Amino acid sequence: MSGFGGFVLRRGIGTVITLLAISVIVYVVFFVTPGNVAQITCGPRCSPEQVHQVAQQLRLDDPLYLRYWHFLQGILVGQDYSTGTSVEHCSAPCLGLSYQGDQQVTQLILAKLPVSLSLVFGAMVLWLILGVGTGVLSAWRRGRFTERLLTGITLAGVATPVFVIGLVLMIVVCGQLQLLPFPQYVSLTDDPEQWAWNLLLPWLSLALIEAATFARLTRASMLETLAEDHIRTFRAYGVGERSIIGRHALRGAFAPIIALNANNVGSAVGGAVLTETLFGLPGIGQELVHAVNVVDLPVVVGMVLVIGFFVVIANAVADVLYAVADRRVVLA
Amino acid sequence: MSSVEASVDGPVDVLVEVTDLTVGFGSLRAVDGLSFRLQKGAALGLVGESGSGKSTVASALLGLHRGTGADVGGSVRVAGIDVQEASEADLGRLRGGKAAMVFQDPLSSLDPYYAIGDQIAEVYRVHARVSRRAARARAVDVLDRVGIPDAARRSRSRPHEFSGGMRQRALIAMALACEPELLIADEPTTALDVTVQAQILDLLHTLREETGLGLLLVTHDVGVAAESVDEILVMRNGRAVEHGPVGTVLGAPTEPYTRDLLGAVPRVDARRARSEGSARPLSAASSETSSEASAAPEVVLEATGLRREFGRGKPAFVAVDDVSLTVHRGETLGIVGESGSGKTTLGRMLVGLLKPTAGEIKPGGGVRPDVQMVFQDPVSSLNPRRSVGESIADPLRARGERDEGRIRGRVRELLERVGLEGAHYDRYPHEFSGGQRQRVGIARALAADPRVIVCDEPVSALDVTTQAQVVALLGELQRELGLALVFVAHDLAVVRQVSDRVAVMRRGRIVEQGPADEVYDSPQDPYTKQLLAAVPALDPEVAAQRRAVRRELATA
Repeated sequence: MSGFGGFVLRRGIGTVITLLAISVIVYVVFFVTPGNVAQITCGPRCSPEQVHQVAQQLRLDDPLYLRYWHFLQGILVGQDYSTGTSVEHCSAPCLGLSYQGDQQVTQLILAKLPVSLSLVFGAMVLWLILGVGTGVLSAWRRGRFTERLLTGITLAGVATPVFVIGLVLMIVVCGQLQLLPFPQYVSLTDDPEQWAWNLLLPWLSLALIEAATFARLTRASMLETLAEDHIRTFRAYGVGERSIIGRHALRGAFAPIIALNANNVGSAVGGAVLTETLFGLPGIGQELVHAVNVVDLPVVVGMVLVIGFFVVIANAVADVLYAVADRRVVLA
Repeated sequence: MSSVEASVDGPVDVLVEVTDLTVGFGSLRAVDGLSFRLQKGAALGLVGESGSGKSTVASALLGLHRGTGADVGGSVRVAGIDVQEASEADLGRLRGGKAAMVFQDPLSSLDPYYAIGDQIAEVYRVHARVSRRAARARAVDVLDRVGIPDAARRSRSRPHEFSGGMRQRALIAMALACEPELLIADEPTTALDVTVQAQILDLLHTLREETGLGLLLVTHDVGVAAESVDEILVMRNGRAVEHGPVGTVLGAPTEPYTRDLLGAVPRVDARRARSEGSARPLSAASSETSSEASAAPEVVLEATGLRREFGRGKPAFVAVDDVSLTVHRGETLGIVGESGSGKTTLGRMLVGLLKPTAGEIKPGGGVRPDVQMVFQDPVSSLNPRRSVGESIADPLRARGERDEGRIRGRVRELLERVGLEGAHYDRYPHEFSGGQRQRVGIARALAADPRVIVCDEPVSALDVTTQAQVVALLGELQRELGLALVFVAHDLAVVRQVSDRVAVMRRGRIVEQGPADEVYDSPQDPYTKQLLAAVPALDPEVAAQRRAVRRELATA
């Protein structure tokens, strides 16, 4: 199998195997973690009988392999859950029920995912523009004051934690200047304009830090390309600096930028916890931290799988873009 | 070439005038008071060993040192433009428009991300106010002109889809695009195989005949210069040593350095027995008997039916295919071939670095294989973080020698044996020159008391004078220790210079094998003939003859 179809097929199989491995690891980790899950789920004031009942309801007494088997079954064919009084059906890609409040994990994720995706992809656009732009500028003005200034700023950017930038932005923009309202998530489908205005600060604070990394990467790989022989060729043919920087040197930086971007987008879907928490965005990262705290196994497994899925997909997309950017790369 | 010379008239038509040029990088003076002139349509060869400053001169002609921090003194005028004084805009017009440069490594000299036609069009549009479409058409034109087949389609290929020779043609096409008056070629054929090199040199020759282009050829290879230029300027340490018509400089050099340089150049048409200069017989005993199989001495290495594939599955690449050879005590077997012929793979199998897919290698008589190797690149084949003494001691330790005193003693002995000093034990590779490092490599090979040494391109990274010294050292060691050498190289002249017997390889097979003089003087296989006709000759008249032979072979 070769060509693009083969690539997609191989990647698809690889993704499934990776996700299965992740889910097994999460199950095992939770199984060996100390603590009485039923007690935590039921609450501190539950009587031993109630705790026992909860444990039975959640099938906590089943052996590990059986619980994992039920989990797989749920994903493939769906599952019926008894909530004590009634039976709830959870249809095909069923990731189970939350131990807390009996919510279906699939529904929970579908509710949180748009928030995280809005945050990450909006921020991505910003960090690419800011980061690559700064990088190109530093490479162009190399050895001059502009470059040193930009290098200093990006170094500071890399070193600053997101909650510092986010807090400062919020205090200045929303508090002092009152240019924007304090961010509150509005769905894109409800009101696109409000969606953008409310997300502007979260985007900025996440993007500023990422942009610093991209600026450094862009600058470094452009300087590397500028030292190569083919740049000398174009100089020797009278090609101007603008074209050399914009056409030839920047092109050499595409591949590493694509690779880093895929990595960052993939991990930010579940990893932008600090930004989500700071701005009160009900995204995946925040929910995951909460679920881990209350040992809500189905939610954790579901979230981790979704995050893993995005990381794998982001990298597959990066590989495709890589091959488009550099024709010497063969997809395999 | 005479037609080109005829078009040169008076001094009115000066294309390049360099007066008292100096280029310094910090404390280093790369070029030191160099002056020369080049008439319109004439061809000058700048010849010198590495570090002689020849490439720096080429860059100075285009003002490429501007803004790099180099100190440039003296004056350079190219096509009426004073390169030192010219404005950026004038310099831009000069570069590519009036004088175009062809660089050494055609792979790294083109942008890997863009189609070749687009790159040529981009350069063309810098100098001509034309539409993208017209520029693209021009690119196809010039690609066609330099002999790229199916130029319209191939112009959409990226550099990695071209072979080395085609890339060099594409670079020449780029140079032609803006119809410059001067072509500066900096080692244009150094990275190419000898047959491809001949094609490129022939192309340059034809283009000059057709367009009246002036040529400044920078090269370390005297043969390449002899093929292509009217005048030669020999450089050393940034200064001109000798300058004159190519026939005079190469035929009757007046300067001792030029004579040494020419003496060190291996000749493909010189028999080895005619021990002239450094080309001394490596093993007198075997060269007398080499043509007689009956008198052949003891066989030390025998390979039969060797085959090596790379890659798995059906489209496995066969690097070596059904190769059989024997190596006798005290003789040198030369294995010659172009890149991709499988000669290195064969060498590695003989040493045991690679396992043959089929066939077997038997040590003649003895039980131990006793085969060692000297590698091509003396820089990367020594660990930069370990002293040379430690590197040489490796084979001793590998054999189980534990006594530090004995190891040191033996390594000192070996260092002295290869012409270095015993005290060099604790020095590191970067403290040595290329030739010295290759001596270290030889000492390491000797450490295990081998009976056979396989040398894989042992001198191809070295300057000719150093090359001659290393070859002489190998010959000396062979005589004194009765070693057998397998000398793997792409350079036909070097191989003839050292070998008793020669095997010519092509696409994994040996196409011709026999005593060196027989193979070289009366080649039987058409490929061998083609190879020999491609070797640049030092005598311009012989060069013209060979060019004619090449045309015949090409049309035949």
